[in-house]
Amino acid sequence: MANSWRHERWDSLRLLTPNWQTDLPGYAYAGPDPDGYLTAVEVADLIAGYAAASAAPVRTGTAVTSLRRTEDGYAVVTTAGEFRCRTVVLASGACNLPSVPDWQAAVPAKVDQLTPFDYRAPDQLADGGVLVVGASATGVQLADEIRRSGRPVVLSVGEHVRLPRLYRGRDVLWWMAASGVWDQRFDELDDLDRARRLPSPQLAGTPERRTLDLNALVADGVELVGRWAALRDGRALFSGGLRNVFSLADLKMRRLLSTFDEWAERTGAAADAPDPYAPTGVPESARLQLDLGSGEIRTIVWATGYRPDYAWLDVPVLDGRGRLRHEGGVVDSAASPGLYALGLPVLRRRKSTFLYGIEDDAREIVGHLAGHLAGHVAGW
Amino acid sequence: MTEVSTSSGTAENGVNVQALLDAREALKSAPEAAQFTWRASSKWQNGVHSTTRVQNFYGLGQEQSHKTETVFDADHPAVFAAEDNGITPIEYLLVGLASCLTAGVASVAQNRGIQLRSVESTVEGQHDIRGILGDPDVRNGYNDIKVTFTIDADATPEEIEALVAQSQKRSAVFDALTNPTNVTVEVA
Repeated sequence: MANSWRHERWDSLRLLTPNWQTDLPGYAYAGPDPDGYLTAVEVADLIAGYAAASAAPVRTGTAVTSLRRTEDGYAVVTTAGEFRCRTVVLASGACNLPSVPDWQAAVPAKVDQLTPFDYRAPDQLADGGVLVVGASATGVQLADEIRRSGRPVVLSVGEHVRLPRLYRGRDVLWWMAASGVWDQRFDELDDLDRARRLPSPQLAGTPERRTLDLNALVADGVELVGRWAALRDGRALFSGGLRNVFSLADLKMRRLLSTFDEWAERTGAAADAPDPYAPTGVPESARLQLDLGSGEIRTIVWATGYRPDYAWLDVPVLDGRGRLRHEGGVVDSAASPGLYALGLPVLRRRKSTFLYGIEDDAREIVGHLAGHLAGHVAGW
Repeated sequence: MTEVSTSSGTAENGVNVQALLDAREALKSAPEAAQFTWRASSKWQNGVHSTTRVQNFYGLGQEQSHKTETVFDADHPAVFAAEDNGITPIEYLLVGLASCLTAGVASVAQNRGIQLRSVESTVEGQHDIRGILGDPDVRNGYNDIKVTFTIDADATPEEIEALVAQSQKRSAVFDALTNPTNVTVEVA
């Protein structure tokens, strides 16, 4: 149960949402630290506790190896036998496998390569320089802790989402929820595709509630380079467009924080005065290439994102790019009546991938599913 | 020409944004039509002077053509002991970058309903010419390029900053200059 939280991430990982927001239906956090962030093990325990409290018939240690259509529903083949059902909810998430560029195979053999699935802690790394690729939540967290272990760290930065941990005295995710951003629906967004591809924000759930943006990393001694664009003759070639990805992230953060300010003004919500923040500092001269054969870099950590694993899904519901075709969690209903999804990015709301965000989605999906079972024509 | 009405008003910058949005939609189901080939043909004149002609290209599944042929002379200035029959090749990169970013600013402004009154920019490329003269420790190309926009528009300074940022994000020439590209040069 909660296998990816227990076994497929690094030791220091904590949830990005504060405890008071870590709220499953009828199962709210009741511990002593509402403003803290659960460790990965505590998240796994929370999910196990929820399974026990809800008496859900969970089958642990059972992997699904195939899902296919039958005449009136689906056959689910597992390592513990086959099940038949009329409806299926895919809740395996979007982060089952690491997503790494093809050229990783051409990285010189003397450089170790790790993904967040095999990285555990800095002491497992060879002494020497580390290139962390990707500056979303995973990348900034790993760059930070590896740098603190004393190793030189180069961080390759593409487009990213910058956020302060606290804004006007409150957790930034409090603002996201209170101001209504998290509740924005998939069918109201201007560019749903973009919203679904948005990288995770540069946040960490540390006990100090510290902001972990690029300025903080640079102050720790992390060296920034542009997006890793190509590998040529054993050299990593980085984009020269670093300044613009900083501008884009700063502009978007400023815009988001002003929507918080406007909301606070409108509703009279109590909050401290707006915090000043510095624009992301542009390095005097970011390196454009790095010789991976020189020995400077001993380890590459690929924090280049995750992708879902649908290898077991024997129903033709993926698009040309391997993404699930669904409308707000109702999977391509012509090809697969009774097939649903939950827990994918902006499935029905911006909060769809958060533990507490699943409740509203689940209620609506289950409503549709119940209608399907009762023989109603699909539709909302 | 088209007018796009948005919450911020109606703008007329002369960019047919609707046609571009329609094209993006149409190309989703026909990605092969999106494959373009741009071409130029060059001929040595004398010294370091060459003439490059551009007219035909391929796209949307067939041969296409500009209304007229454009001819570009490239040479080097007198300080390079050349005849200066045209700008230097590396200056053409600045022409490409400035015109691409400017087109982007106009398109993004149109799409966002921002009326432009004037868009001007200067581009400076820092170039250590010891590289091309054979110094192995100096690169041949630009070390640094700086573009400075001066924009007068019905928009806040922040909206103008966002226009310029987005135009870089969607610029073909900005991408070509900031990211490596495979280049094959062969003798026919």
